[in-house]
Amino acid sequence: MTQHQNHHGGRLERGGRLDRDQPIGFTIDGTALTGYAGDTLASALVANGRLRVGDSIYLRRPRGVLSAGVEEPNAFVRVNGEHNESMLPATTLELRDGLDVTLLDGIGVLDDRPDRNEYDKMHVHADVAVIGSGPAGLAAAKEAASGGARVVLFEQDFELGGSLLSDPTITVADQGALDYVASVRAELEAAPEVTVLTRTCVFGSYDNNFLVALEKRDDVASAEGGVSRQRLWHVTAGQVVLAVGAFERPIVFSDNDVPGVMLASAVKTYVERWAALPGRDVVLFTTNDSAYETARCLTKAGATVTVIDARPEVKAATSAQEGARRAGLTVRTASAVVGIEGSEGVTGAFVASIDDAGQLAGDAELIACDLVAVSGGWTPNVSLHSQRQGQLAWDDVLSGFVPSAGVKNQFVVGAGNGTYDTDDCLIEGARAGRGAAAAAGFPASSSADGGDAVAESAEVWRARQHRAAGTVRPLWAVPAPDGSLDTHFVDPHRDNTAADVLRATGAGMRSVEHVKRYTSISTGIDQGKIGGVNTIGLLTQLLSGNDTKAIPSGQPGQDAADAVELTASGQPARRPTPGTIGTTTFRAPFTPVAFTALAGRGRGALFDAARTSPAHSWHVEHGARFEDVGQWKRPWFYPQEGEDMDAAVARECRAAREGVAFMDATTLGKIEIRGADAPEFLNRMYTNPFLKLPVGKGRYGVMCTVSGMVFDDGVTLRLADDRFFMTTTTGGAAKVLDWLEEWSQTEWPELDVTLSSVTEQWSTVAVVGPRSREVIAKLAPDLDVSKEGFGFMEFRETTLASGIDARVCRITFSGELAYEINVPRWYGLKVWEDVAAAGEEFDITPYGTETMHVLRAEKAFPIVGQETDGTVTPHDLGMDWVVSKTKEFIGKRSFSRAAFTEPGRKQLVSVLPLDHTLRLPEGAQLVEPDALGDYTGEGLPTAPIAMVGFVTSSYHSQALGRSFALALVKDGPTRVGQTLLASFGGKFAEVEVREPVLYDKEGARRDG
Amino acid sequence: MAEQMTVKPAATGTTDAAVLGYRRSPAHHLAELMAAASGEQVRLREVPFLTQITIRATAPEAVEAVGNALGVTMPSAVGEVAQGEFGEGGSGSSGSSGSSGSSVSVVWLSPDEWLAVLGDEADTGVSIAAVVESLSVALGERRGQVVDVSSNRTTLELSGSKARAVLDKTIELDLHPREFPVGRAVSTQMESVAVILWRSADDTWLLMPRASFAEHVVGWLADGMREFS
Repeated sequence: MTQHQNHHGGRLERGGRLDRDQPIGFTIDGTALTGYAGDTLASALVANGRLRVGDSIYLRRPRGVLSAGVEEPNAFVRVNGEHNESMLPATTLELRDGLDVTLLDGIGVLDDRPDRNEYDKMHVHADVAVIGSGPAGLAAAKEAASGGARVVLFEQDFELGGSLLSDPTITVADQGALDYVASVRAELEAAPEVTVLTRTCVFGSYDNNFLVALEKRDDVASAEGGVSRQRLWHVTAGQVVLAVGAFERPIVFSDNDVPGVMLASAVKTYVERWAALPGRDVVLFTTNDSAYETARCLTKAGATVTVIDARPEVKAATSAQEGARRAGLTVRTASAVVGIEGSEGVTGAFVASIDDAGQLAGDAELIACDLVAVSGGWTPNVSLHSQRQGQLAWDDVLSGFVPSAGVKNQFVVGAGNGTYDTDDCLIEGARAGRGAAAAAGFPASSSADGGDAVAESAEVWRARQHRAAGTVRPLWAVPAPDGSLDTHFVDPHRDNTAADVLRATGAGMRSVEHVKRYTSISTGIDQGKIGGVNTIGLLTQLLSGNDTKAIPSGQPGQDAADAVELTASGQPARRPTPGTIGTTTFRAPFTPVAFTALAGRGRGALFDAARTSPAHSWHVEHGARFEDVGQWKRPWFYPQEGEDMDAAVARECRAAREGVAFMDATTLGKIEIRGADAPEFLNRMYTNPFLKLPVGKGRYGVMCTVSGMVFDDGVTLRLADDRFFMTTTTGGAAKVLDWLEEWSQTEWPELDVTLSSVTEQWSTVAVVGPRSREVIAKLAPDLDVSKEGFGFMEFRETTLASGIDARVCRITFSGELAYEINVPRWYGLKVWEDVAAAGEEFDITPYGTETMHVLRAEKAFPIVGQETDGTVTPHDLGMDWVVSKTKEFIGKRSFSRAAFTEPGRKQLVSVLPLDHTLRLPEGAQLVEPDALGDYTGEGLPTAPIAMVGFVTSSYHSQALGRSFALALVKDGPTRVGQTLLASFGGKFAEVEVREPVLYDKEGARRDG
Repeated sequence: MAEQMTVKPAATGTTDAAVLGYRRSPAHHLAELMAAASGEQVRLREVPFLTQITIRATAPEAVEAVGNALGVTMPSAVGEVAQGEFGEGGSGSSGSSGSSGSSVSVVWLSPDEWLAVLGDEADTGVSIAAVVESLSVALGERRGQVVDVSSNRTTLELSGSKARAVLDKTIELDLHPREFPVGRAVSTQMESVAVILWRSADDTWLLMPRASFAEHVVGWLADGMREFS
């Protein structure tokens, strides 16, 4: 891209909201330049005579600064630093010392280096949220705050004032415009319940007045740690006042994207706010009165201005045209700019007369200039209103979509409501502020001005808006002398032109939503801000003569009443209006937001809770490697010096099967259940009977869903006639409690049963192995631990040697003699350490989840969620014994469906690789040996190969001295003895199907 | 109900001081981190070992009975906390030693669920077992539940002029004094973690997460406090 140094104006000697004592050095594409405090990057560029920015995204056309705000489609930069940030509009980027930027060609690249800046979130509740701080917003905030309401005022700019910053010479409420801004700001900041947030853009508006805003806090980033660079505000507001202003529309004509074509209001803003003159010889092309203000300020700044007004001659002496002529300007009416001379920058404008139909009415004449200021009319910024499904209506006089029906508890005021006169903005804003304060319960104090007048009717107010707006002659596309539409840019960022819209309608598109997607107009950073209405207007021209009935009704912003305009002859109207076409849908975010800002502080360790048991510090000290189980950090295995995982797991397995080992089982879900009907309730929830479970005993139970699929399992103890203690799987704790509550509350409220989670009240240590009895005997001297005195599936309340009260159960998840010691959680570490000490003489070994998995898999104890996936019944797991044939329980009726009894169900078996060292990947597919045909595993098979099952768990067994796996296989039990092929990663391995239980089938080890 | 007693006789005496000394609070290992994060504007510490009892009751007379046992009128709406004295001088001290007492707060959690919070039994001499026994007797055979959940949660105290600003970073509720006056307590979320949030004084807030979430909650609070350290 070549750097075009144009000779445009530069910095004016005085004026502007600048601190001229504070020059700021910055670098753009390696060139050092200077601006002042108060500048944006764009205003500093304009002041340095540089309108030219990067090229366009696809067509690589030279582009220039078009706007002075968030709607900028061309001037994007990358800010270089430790972490580059891309696609920032130069028009909103506050100039700061040392800023180093690179111009972008409409697209940026995410920096893959980490962003070490901090981003955080803040929640705020307001009685009244005021969005925008132009005259309407300031008036609203002032009134709303006067009665003591909590008011939050949001302004995306770094200064309050909105349009007043570009109108510093006017009088507002009997003061200078900027004095008014300063006085309201002081008043607001002095109010204890008011928060003023500048650099904060509300980008999303959701139900119940929930707003999301992004605050850019770069100015405070130099502070110590903990101060975020950007802050995401979550706002809950009782009342919302939208005072968000309007966007000026460009005009669609040939080469309307050449650097030096700029919105007329932006030209005024650069001159008035930043004392930066974008051009000295200006052609000002307008469709309305508002641009004459730009002509006035340009003249005052020493520029020459030629006005090209699309409208015909307005004879009234009070007209803007007459005023400009009196001021010595050349005003050419019923004319248009039909083309631009220059490509890297404007050197001239081709101007021609146009007729009443907007067609060329004469040859084009070249007027030399260095700037073409354009005003195609105004588009109220309705994004936040529309995000809430607020209604819009096309107003022909205002030539824009204006909010029609309101959103509950919201007010739309000022230019965003089509109110363009500053005094009217003050009145409308003050009324809304008072209305919002009253609705919020904090009526404004009566001394405040502006809001007391009786409100006009909607019609009277609309007439007032129309008078202020004057006459607008929209030009949706100005014909080029050569008839081409190829460089009539509608959405400059997306490089979409009027020709693209023509192609869309030519392809049969009628709906604006279809045209948007066919062309990609408004899909980029523009989001309809400047391209939306021009596209819709263009469609009214392109669809002229078409049947308007072909335009689908019911689109956002569509005027239903105008949808079918019949002529006297009964034919559809020849020309649709923008109102009949309607708008596309407005969605959040209004301006781009970085993902890192949305993430806030929820990264790294703060991303999610890591739940730990009370013995966690012991596990860490003893070298445990941890496994994530849900949010829990569970010890996975405890490698000793020089051990890998396999060696550690083998040693842990050996200890549990041959000596004694212990495991932290604190994470199991625990629910205490009480009520006279608790036995009946459990009897219905579990597939096996619980009515007759004696006090002092526990029972393993399985729960199914109503469709008969295994849902959870665990052991439940009967503490008393009416009290039970249920354990659930670690991952199932919350869902099981929800499941029980659902049945208790909604299906069987008549049952006396009450449930409470006690998962975190108890800490559990499992002591496992043939020598566990000796360890327990030492720990709990009062307990009769003999085989006869303490049977399997019994529990005892006892006081441990330490004096701590405990509940000791005889439960096994390994097949070995085993105990579980339950104590209140805050004794968990002490008891764990006591177990370690008591077991020391027996060489007690801590073990983790991996060893637990191996031990239980050798016994074919399923893990819900590993052997089951929501399609597996207890019968499929070979657990017919746990399903009662006599009682009713959840899921029972499903078991009589044919699908549960017909052959072909996948059922649990073990599979043994013929290669004893091969550990199959979990998930490996199992196929018949002859199913492969000529398939070798290379590429894809020519025809699908039928799968008969898959591996659910796979380990090396220390006890068996070989690898093994559990699998769900179609009709598995009938295949015992068969050989299948396991398929994984393009490889195949032969496996033998066996009955599920591979170790201690008789259960002889349970009692030690 | 006779069989209940065959498992374990209700022990209502005070727990041996040596045994209480074995307790380890959920945020014990975070004490230094919390102290380091604390400063003039905002401070964080754990208030360990508070006695906490879940009370479930539906019938009005059952609710009244457990309230009488605690010496309070049970709160009946979200946010409400009732205050009373349990034990000495108060009512319903049936099982306690008689020479001790504790102030009690009862937090409304749902239409049939409350959390009774008393001081650490090591300080008050009121054993958890005594409170459970007293409430169980009061509830009687009626539908409901009395469950010791003292170990289930811990209590974190955030205090200072910037305490609310720290909370506003993670708590979605309106914490303005107009909406959340001193004495109010509710169940809410701190990021993904369920907590009871309790404003105990103008600038003092109690957060009660379940024990295994203490570290995560302390992490978020300490992170939010850095700005004010």
